[in-house]
Amino acid sequence: MNKKKTLKKLSQLKIGESGTIDSFTDKEMSLKLLEMGCTPGETVTLDRIAPMGDPIAIKVSGYLLSLRKEEASTVIVSILNNN
Amino acid sequence: MEENQAFVNFSEKSSLKIALVGNPNSGKSTLFNALTGLHQKTGNFPGVTVDKKTGFAKLNATVTADFVDLPGTYSLYPKSLDESVTFEVLCNPANKDHPDITIIVADASNLKRNLFLVSQIIDLKIPVILALNMIDLVEKEGDTIDTARLSERLGVRVIAVSARKKEGIEEIKQALLQPLPVPQYDFIDLRKIAGDTIDKIRAVIHLNSDFAAFHSIHNLPEIHYLDDKPEKKAKMEAILKAAAHDTNKLQSLESVERYKVINRIVAECVFEKTEVKSETFTHKLDGILTHRIYGYAIFLIILFFIFQTIFFLAKFPMEWIEGLFVIISQWATNSLPAGEFTNLLVNGIIAGLSGVVVFVPQIALLFAFIAILEDTGYMARVSFIMDKMMRRFGLNGRSVIPLVSGVACAVPAIMSTRTISSWKERIITIMVTPLMSCSARLPVYTLLISLVVPQSKAEGFFNYQGLILMCLYLIGFIAAISAAFVFKIILKAKEKSYFIMELPVYRSPQWKTVTRVMFDKVKVFLFDAGKIIVAISVILWFLSSHAPGNRMETIEKKYTSTEMTLKYSDAERNVKISSEKLEASYAGILGKSLEPAIAPLGFDWKIGIALVTSFAAREVFVGTMATIYSADNKDNSQTVRDKMQNEINTKTNLPTFTMAVSVSLLIFYAFAMQCMSTLAVVYRETKSWKWPALQFLFMGTLAYFSSFIVYHILK
Repeated sequence: MNKKKTLKKLSQLKIGESGTIDSFTDKEMSLKLLEMGCTPGETVTLDRIAPMGDPIAIKVSGYLLSLRKEEASTVIVSILNNN
Repeated sequence: MEENQAFVNFSEKSSLKIALVGNPNSGKSTLFNALTGLHQKTGNFPGVTVDKKTGFAKLNATVTADFVDLPGTYSLYPKSLDESVTFEVLCNPANKDHPDITIIVADASNLKRNLFLVSQIIDLKIPVILALNMIDLVEKEGDTIDTARLSERLGVRVIAVSARKKEGIEEIKQALLQPLPVPQYDFIDLRKIAGDTIDKIRAVIHLNSDFAAFHSIHNLPEIHYLDDKPEKKAKMEAILKAAAHDTNKLQSLESVERYKVINRIVAECVFEKTEVKSETFTHKLDGILTHRIYGYAIFLIILFFIFQTIFFLAKFPMEWIEGLFVIISQWATNSLPAGEFTNLLVNGIIAGLSGVVVFVPQIALLFAFIAILEDTGYMARVSFIMDKMMRRFGLNGRSVIPLVSGVACAVPAIMSTRTISSWKERIITIMVTPLMSCSARLPVYTLLISLVVPQSKAEGFFNYQGLILMCLYLIGFIAAISAAFVFKIILKAKEKSYFIMELPVYRSPQWKTVTRVMFDKVKVFLFDAGKIIVAISVILWFLSSHAPGNRMETIEKKYTSTEMTLKYSDAERNVKISSEKLEASYAGILGKSLEPAIAPLGFDWKIGIALVTSFAAREVFVGTMATIYSADNKDNSQTVRDKMQNEINTKTNLPTFTMAVSVSLLIFYAFAMQCMSTLAVVYRETKSWKWPALQFLFMGTLAYFSSFIVYHILK
């Protein structure tokens, strides 16, 4: 457990970067996200960003989910830095 | 179940009620089609704009199953209309559609998220069958799902199917006839989350599951099975008030608990061969279709193709339909005795029906395209790449297709807004789409532009008539976008707008689904909006062919005098009679009484009459102008143009159709809501007269003031 854990917003992930969901900052938004399988501890990967920079598409629970950056910024993910 | 038995058996009944539920994109509709074949009906759930599909199938010689396809939802949380309808049907035994057996359709290739809804429905403790759809995709990946283990863990029957390949359909039908296990244990312990509130609620009202009781904590005001038990509802309200639950917290805890159990079940039952999946196909295709250049280029080409098809290709069948109705009305005129009834039949009812059926080609074509785009998964990508642009105007990525289709015709365009899930964004799209210049405005534009720019002057590349036409289309688009922006600010959203949306894997379209969608949409339009259109058409016929007192007879008599018969040919007299009759009719009176109101726009009473009659459809303007100006050939806009050109205003001794009047009229036609078919469809799509009325008023006001300003600038 010496690996460094960094917390950032889901909206700040780079394409191809993964993290595990840590917590939510917006109660109401979290309900919808939980229902769609974005539960704490679940791994998410940023799949792509729409051409105009928003929305984004993430891989979660084995499928592709798109959400607006504003919505993604309410999700805190923890990233394991291996190096 | 009340008997508290482990199995239920419905095979003794001669007709079974079956409901299909499942996530969007789970292949629920495909399974529904496979189960019911051609025995289908489309309607609405009572009082809401949620599509309801029903159908039936014979299970064996004696048993028939009646299926209802419930809206696709991700959960039973009462967040949207779709979810409320699903919950109400499943939980209220008094509901007309309450099923004996519920078939839950789950996408096997996306099992984890699909099991969420499955777990909620199992917790309702109703008899269910889990149809594990798209099992062929799972097998193709080399993955396996232990269905026996899954069945054991969930406590329900599980059947692997591939609805697209029609595999497993018979097994489902047979399973419906056999004794079914009723879910016995709770998926998660809701008492841990909501404490003794569940017991308190269940002491007040008989419910067959903890989850039904738990659900009422969130959703008491919406629960209809309490409608006839106000004293029980009051008791429950008192319980909930005392408990003072944070319902958001309850829901959040419930979701987390469910996924904990689901993760364990998936780990036990799903065996993945490799981590690398062939969804790289979807990934690769997304690389192109959501690319910042190719993505938009491809979308533009698709839009152009759709537009061309509904604009130009639909023209031919539309002409055939109109031709057919001309033949029918000629036949009716010739073979029925002349009189009021024949007149009503030919000029009121048959004309009205013609005005309805003529929309069919455009509706069918547009919905064929939309069904293909939805079925392949491309529509979700359109939303993805257009969302940011459209959001600024209170619209949705999915508003693009309705708006562009609106250039051909607002009727199918408005019907296509159902794919927009946010209520507010959908209403805004419906409200502003008719501002896009539709094809019915084209004959009006052509006629009026030819008055503004007499000859088709061409200087270099410029064709002035074409330039003005393009400006009119542009003005329509700008008005639509601006109106959307205003609505975005003033409309209050019923629910929070999310863009949290699944991007489904790409699949080839199914032609059966496409033809089904076309057929359903055409049918809904013909029978729902059609009634209103025919009714208004009859009213308009009455207004333009009847007059108070015996004015009509007086006109007929005047032209039968020998003096007149000598002076004019039969054709000339007929033209003059129609012209004078229209002026004397109620529509004429209405047009004249409109004059003070429309005079500030530069319009006289003759234009007033055309404004009244073109409410049937904008292009009627041309025909009305022809009648009023006694043009001898109604179909030839050249003669109408000449007549209008030569018309002299008796008060000013100047031409009536000056530049200012013509442009003012052009602007009026660009903005005003003069289309009963659109209003009928808006009513049908919003289930309320409030929206068509508001639309009529806002577009009318916009048209009036814009024309007023234009007229006074150019005068």
